[in-house]
Amino acid sequence: MRTARSAGTRAFVALAVALSCGPARAHLNSTGMGPIYDGLTHFLMSPEDLVPALALALLAGLRGAAYGRRALFTLPAAWLLGILCGLAVTTTSTTTLGPAIWFLVLGGLVLADAKLSLRAMTTLAVLLGLVHGYFNGTGMGLSAPSIIAALGLAAAVFVLVVLVAALVVTLRAHWARIAVRVGGSWIAASGLLMLGWSIRGS
Amino acid sequence: MKTRLPLRSALAVALMATLWAQTAGAHLLKGEASGFLTGFLHPISGADHMLAMIAVGLWGAQLGAPALWVLPVAFPLVMAMGGVLGLLGVPIPGVEYGIAASAVMLGAAVAFELRPPIVVAGVLVGFFAIFHGHAHGTERPPGQSALLYSMGFVIATGCLHALGIGIGAVHRWSWGQKLLRASGAMVAAGGVFFLWRAAA
Repeated sequence: MRTARSAGTRAFVALAVALSCGPARAHLNSTGMGPIYDGLTHFLMSPEDLVPALALALLAGLRGAAYGRRALFTLPAAWLLGILCGLAVTTTSTTTLGPAIWFLVLGGLVLADAKLSLRAMTTLAVLLGLVHGYFNGTGMGLSAPSIIAALGLAAAVFVLVVLVAALVVTLRAHWARIAVRVGGSWIAASGLLMLGWSIRGS
Repeated sequence: MKTRLPLRSALAVALMATLWAQTAGAHLLKGEASGFLTGFLHPISGADHMLAMIAVGLWGAQLGAPALWVLPVAFPLVMAMGGVLGLLGVPIPGVEYGIAASAVMLGAAVAFELRPPIVVAGVLVGFFAIFHGHAHGTERPPGQSALLYSMGFVIATGCLHALGIGIGAVHRWSWGQKLLRASGAMVAAGGVFFLWRAAA
């Protein structure tokens, strides 16, 4: 008896949910959420932006929790500021020299497990955020959706730094820290090659 | 009692995942994905490259720390320098010979279980990496992302080193040490074949 009643209740709830569903809003442009995802996916699908941010998060994680916390707020804030500065500029730049240098420098620092001071790491985070944000901003153009996209992009940077730095901070095994440094060597090697492509291109 | 995932739940999850599938987005950025794939496949598609890179991992595993990670770090970095030389048009004579010789030398080092100082091992590995990098750097197909191509072949190189280290883990057992030395001999034999083919 009890089973039959609970089955009836479940069917009623299912019917109520089915009948009360709202519009799907599958086309997010109409709801204002589109630009957020534009910014977010732009960052995640642009290795020239993603990898230097990843390298900085690895570096901060290797140095400890205080460095991770500093990078966590500094990098996205600087990135957002850089985008806002770049939005007013109408020309776009597609040079690969800048990202190549960031790959090389940050990858090299991760590889060397460089004992940077907190101030030096903060400076690096601010510079990285401002430069990359600025070049992101120049490609967006000044408009309301661009500003929302900038927020999405900064949020993606924040999430990346949170996840990566927190993961690396927790690593205690010697081999795990070595693996992170090997990852840094891959980033530096890619940067070196990018530098070659840039020089040859110019 | 051991809890097992009911088949019905597993099927429901599989069905939900299938229905939830997004568009593939395979052509979002022209040339980008193929750039990574081309770079990634470059070291893997050439047996001469592959033998030498796996041998670096085998030798590192045989030598133990710090060579275990110094050699696989040195190789991609110096390989990238070789790639830059290739990109800038700096000629290196006998690149194919150098690549084949790398398999011979590194395979022989594993076969004879050579234990030179870490600096010597690093210099030897780095020297041969220049030839591999020079070959990679000059062979990017036009129209593909240089960054993703570069990342692809650096990551593939790292994975081949990791494969060598993984195989080299058998070194802890006495039978494994013999197996490892036999593998080194096979790598060296492969190198001799490629050397002969380059000369032919």
